[in-house]
Amino acid sequence: MNFGSSESLAVYAARFGLTQSSARPTLRKYIQDVWQRRHFIWAFASAKNISMYSDSRLGQVWQLLTPLLNVGVYFLIFGLLLNTSRNLPDFLPFLVTGVFMFGFMQRSIQSGSKSVGDNLSLIRALHFPRATLPLAIAVVEFQQLVLSLGVLMIIVFAFGEPLDVHMLLFPVVVALQLMFNVGAGMVMARLGAFNRDVTQLLPFITRTWLYLSGVIFSLPSLMTSSHFLKTHSWLAEILKANPGYVFVELSRHTLLGKYRHHVQHHMAGNHSSTQLWIYALIWAVVALVAGFVYFYRAEERYGRG
Amino acid sequence: MVNAHLAQNPVDIDPTRDPIVVVDGLHIVYRVYGAGGKGNAASAMSRVIKRQKRPSMTEVHAIKGLSFVAYRGEAVGVIGTNGSGKSTLLQAIAGLLPPARGGVYTDGQPSLLGVNAALMKDLTGERNVVLGCLAMGMTPQETKEKYQEVVDFAGLKAGFINYPMRTYSSGMGARLRFAIAAAKTHDVLLIDEALATGDAKFRTKSQRRIEELRKEAGAVFLVAHQLDVVRETCDRVIWLDDGQMRMDGPPDEVIDAYTEATQK
Repeated sequence: MNFGSSESLAVYAARFGLTQSSARPTLRKYIQDVWQRRHFIWAFASAKNISMYSDSRLGQVWQLLTPLLNVGVYFLIFGLLLNTSRNLPDFLPFLVTGVFMFGFMQRSIQSGSKSVGDNLSLIRALHFPRATLPLAIAVVEFQQLVLSLGVLMIIVFAFGEPLDVHMLLFPVVVALQLMFNVGAGMVMARLGAFNRDVTQLLPFITRTWLYLSGVIFSLPSLMTSSHFLKTHSWLAEILKANPGYVFVELSRHTLLGKYRHHVQHHMAGNHSSTQLWIYALIWAVVALVAGFVYFYRAEERYGRG
Repeated sequence: MVNAHLAQNPVDIDPTRDPIVVVDGLHIVYRVYGAGGKGNAASAMSRVIKRQKRPSMTEVHAIKGLSFVAYRGEAVGVIGTNGSGKSTLLQAIAGLLPPARGGVYTDGQPSLLGVNAALMKDLTGERNVVLGCLAMGMTPQETKEKYQEVVDFAGLKAGFINYPMRTYSSGMGARLRFAIAAAKTHDVLLIDEALATGDAKFRTKSQRRIEELRKEAGAVFLVAHQLDVVRETCDRVIWLDDGQMRMDGPPDEVIDAYTEATQK
């Protein structure tokens, strides 16, 4: 029998419920698929984490050594040599909180940009929602952060911070930061998948970002002392809304009682915790939703030769 | 391009069977980036400034107006000389290459098994099995149940399952990959030369597995250069020539015609 004239093949296919194989699923179905792969995300992240240091002799010890060495370097340069600590209480916990939290974001974004390109053979071999890859990368960075946070807590208590109800809010800050990282990582994953130059450029961008975000110096101090920022208040507002600064500063507000006290008393009205919380919440939700949707919209094109 | 549409082959539809893959007037055009021009930084920069495209980019019209219908339970062999568009066709069915014109319609998500040997080359075979199963959407429980079966099926030498996959020979890698993909029932399984690297014992095992997958109401597409493998495994053969359908029919008939044509 020849249907060629009466019925086109496309209609025939539709009649049997066949669908275009290169079409992407609906957003709702896609989210379900990703959720169904949650075990894959976790297992993939753990496997990556283990294999990361498998070539070095010290192995997993580096997971702990890397944050410690980072602290040492920054303390040597910014604490002792440049003495940026001017009139801040307890500079070391201040610095370490900033370096760890910002580093968490920086690494999530950088490795997020490579998450598709580095896994091409997996993408071409098996069919699974590609969003699991940047998600897994964010989990890898999160697993690394947990160890760093252990180091951080020891430093915080060693500097005589008393246990405080504010500290209970710190995990919430980390969760919001994670949401932001996932979203930003997914945006970079899509950009990096189609343009490898992004990966080369990112380290310079994030380094500039680091210096703009008050990670190694106190932005509130700078704002009260800098004449330039006082006359250009719009610039100060942008710096205060910058997510790099928001999450770092909020972590300090929750963890470091002395610092929070210092900011609230010496720079009153300028930097309230409430304002930081609002910014953090907005950034986290907007980045996660927008990043996920942005990544999803190119789903069928990842891994194409 | 113009008369390529005219060359589209007519399709007979069997109304008594359920279709699983419908290829409708498919054209595939893909871009190739190769090493060309002067490969130094200065020339690349001047190209960016002058807004030229990469000089080495060419377009290849690999599939030219192909139509056919594959039904549930079929094992379709795809044969043809190098560059006739066999692998491109499988990639298009898998949804990895977008059609320039026409379309591919499938029931469920097709899975393509290619020749590159490793999934995640820095991880051990064991991790690859677990991650592969989870990525295909199995639960941790199902993965645990299937694990031994996959390892046995791949038939690696003792101990190799604990080594990173980059240490595997290409045959071992291909076998493990096939074993992982075959652990799950696929609606449409596309196999691109993946069986070529296996030894005789593995070939028998995989033929049996393909047979099972077919019975579980899917369809299997197989690209292979060894015609005896196609003859043993498939119940229908498509002969591609320069991106167009040359012949479509029972294995013996098509393969005999193909052999005769290529030996001239």
